[in-house]
Amino acid sequence: MKNTAYMAKNTAGNTSTNVATGNGAGRTARETGLNTGAVNAGDGASTAAATATAAPVTPSGYRTNAAVKRGKTGGAKRNDRIGLAATYIALTLLSVLWLLPIVYLLYTAFRVQPDTGIINKLFPENLRLGWGNFRRLFEETAFLLWLRNTLIVATCSCLLTTLFILMVSYALSRLRFRLRKTIMNVLLVLGMFPGFMSMIAIYFILKAMGLTNSLFALILVYSGSAGLSYYICKGFFDTIPRAMEEAAFLDGAGQIAIFFKITLPLAKPIIVYTVLTSFIAPWCDFIFVNTIINDSRRYTLSLGLFKLINEEKSGFNNNFTVFCAGASVVGAIIVTLFMSMQRYYVEGVTGGAVKG
Amino acid sequence: MKRCETGAKARDKRNGKMKRNGKMKRNGDEERKTETAATDGKNAGVFYALKNGSAATKISAAFMGVGQIMRGQIVKGALYLAVETAFILFMVFFGGGYAAHLFSGNLGTKVSGEVWNEETQVFEKAAGDNSFLILLYGVVSLVVILLFALIWAANVKGSYRNDLRVKQNEKIPSLKEDISDLFNKKFYIPLLVPPFIGLLLFTVLPLIFMILIAFTNYDYNHMPPGKLFDWVGMQGFKALFSFGSGELPAAFLQVLLWTFVWAFFATFTNFFLGLLLAMLINKKGVRGKAFFRAAFVTAIAVPQFVTLLLMQKILDRNGILNVIFHSNVLFLTDTRYHALIPKISIILVNIWIGVPYTLLMCSGLLMNVPESSIEAAKMDGANPVQIFFKITLPYILQMTTPYLITQFVGNINNFNVIWLLTNGGPVDSVRFGSTKAQATDLLVTWLYRLTTDANPQYNVASVIGIVIFVICAALSLLTFNRSGANKNEEAFQ
Repeated sequence: MKNTAYMAKNTAGNTSTNVATGNGAGRTARETGLNTGAVNAGDGASTAAATATAAPVTPSGYRTNAAVKRGKTGGAKRNDRIGLAATYIALTLLSVLWLLPIVYLLYTAFRVQPDTGIINKLFPENLRLGWGNFRRLFEETAFLLWLRNTLIVATCSCLLTTLFILMVSYALSRLRFRLRKTIMNVLLVLGMFPGFMSMIAIYFILKAMGLTNSLFALILVYSGSAGLSYYICKGFFDTIPRAMEEAAFLDGAGQIAIFFKITLPLAKPIIVYTVLTSFIAPWCDFIFVNTIINDSRRYTLSLGLFKLINEEKSGFNNNFTVFCAGASVVGAIIVTLFMSMQRYYVEGVTGGAVKG
Repeated sequence: MKRCETGAKARDKRNGKMKRNGKMKRNGDEERKTETAATDGKNAGVFYALKNGSAATKISAAFMGVGQIMRGQIVKGALYLAVETAFILFMVFFGGGYAAHLFSGNLGTKVSGEVWNEETQVFEKAAGDNSFLILLYGVVSLVVILLFALIWAANVKGSYRNDLRVKQNEKIPSLKEDISDLFNKKFYIPLLVPPFIGLLLFTVLPLIFMILIAFTNYDYNHMPPGKLFDWVGMQGFKALFSFGSGELPAAFLQVLLWTFVWAFFATFTNFFLGLLLAMLINKKGVRGKAFFRAAFVTAIAVPQFVTLLLMQKILDRNGILNVIFHSNVLFLTDTRYHALIPKISIILVNIWIGVPYTLLMCSGLLMNVPESSIEAAKMDGANPVQIFFKITLPYILQMTTPYLITQFVGNINNFNVIWLLTNGGPVDSVRFGSTKAQATDLLVTWLYRLTTDANPQYNVASVIGIVIFVICAALSLLTFNRSGANKNEEAFQ
């Protein structure tokens, strides 16, 4: 009995990695683990947990219960309805609250007149909407250049970062060697130092290498310390069953073949997650760019847009509407990317980061 | 009950181990043990190898790679020899001087300036020492020396292993075998070396450098090359920790306190509100789940610096919020009550930014809460509140404790939210004097201002950096070592 209780707990844990998965490639792999757990446990708890993953379908037991309850008291039904209505109201209000700033961003991006941030009414009399800010963005600022820089930096650093993270996490998760635990702890400790502390030193190291003011330096900085963020990816690798690799090994496959043909395909969700997060990082950072780059033709988007409104310390200047236009372009790109990859993102977060 | 569970766990683990032992395991501890047993001394230390090694081994201690070349491993030996040559050249022409200077007790004495030249009767520019470069290149040289020592040890040990092979009439591995070994048994080496080079250059080196800065007097009064800085020992730490005297320790305490208050509220408001939202969306009977989720997730997808800058403008004195309500609230710059209003605004904005993340994570976890327990509780007449506090919350907390700690540490270091919203401000010279700390500064933003300001104080900044590190490392090591994820890595396979 105690043993089955543990098993049930284990399955519940396992399902957590599976819930949000949808139908990624990794799922099949981990489902094997899940199924064996369920078979072994074979008691009510684990089956319930398993059905919970499948869909929000209520287990039949519950339905009868509810039916009985409803039959008993007519008031309960009304209570349910009031509760549901309250939920809808709360959710609607909250989603409006969450969407409003974004709506405001778009509104300002399209507001050609008045073109400053300072307005004394939400809808001023001389309000004029149009594409003017976007035209100014492309014609008067170096937006396209910044976009190109960002794309170059993001693509290269994301490739390098992903490669580094995969290498480190594969080695730490799948291979066993002396000092493995030590290396894991050292990496963890290294990651604790605030990055800003070393920024000045990094700047001078780059200067000594003759690399300041170049996109290459940015790529190096973004991906150089990638090895530190192995943790989530390793957590995911840990959940992939070893059996397949062992089978492949017995069939005579080398380590490289196992790495590329067995593990990587199974780790697709975490790879997409890593690619996504490392691709987005350069779009959001402006501190390192600010330190390393002072040629405005080599800015990335974030720094360019930041400088657009924070050049002079005044609260608002007439670049604000242009900034909003630029921000909505960047936002649109990232939102598209994010929404199309959301499934993997969730999977990465829940699969790698959350483990009791 | 709990003890029994762990007992079961342990039993399970043992069984698993036995099973695995039965199979052939390619690179486990067991294999290594048998290996060491078979060839005694194969993993011997460098000094043992030097003492007991053959002449070839002893020669290769001085001339790296000779031992390998004598045994026919020409390429390997040549590589070792090339490394040694490169190292000697590096030390002679560059590193040696700097490394030696690091141990000389000072960081340069000769200030550069103009020197009167008697012969030509003009002032000539004379290059002096530069404490900064002495320290930086000194650290670089030290790291190079350490790396070389590692390679040297590998070279001696490798040669000694060859000695053993000769003794036991084994074949000396050829280059081809060595390479194939590198991609099979020692696959971790090619996997780890490239990322580690990056780490060394962009994390370890700068870190050692900045840690050393904490023990110098490097500030705006000692800016090389015009003025040199020097070692001052623990003075920087003393200045920051001598509580009760001076404005620096007082400012430090206030910033530290706000850092913790912020990290606490930022972490837990996000967590509980996100959980609540996830429960609302996942409630049975609610339709349009996908729509609601998308509405919140959009907030994640817009880059953070965009939303933060936008929020900064919305909350501005002339911002849209004040315009709509015809008010004049200083959301981000009010200095009253220790800048209470800006602090609250920051936490609220952070909720806006952070809740969708928790929502994403929790809605996954919520579906896993053991349905049977909830059923049982319902049968026993528990109300939803009781179910939440007795079943759902404990379950979720158990799953997310490591995540919460990571979040807490992340919030201690949350530079962007503070910097982009308030810039650390408003300035409050009554409370912080001339320490450059501002009312909503976290330790990190203070550190950043100390290094990028017009009058930088690198030494104080480095001390603060070390303090942040100690706090974060203590918190994370504590949880990391307690969390199951580290203890039983294979539990979820």
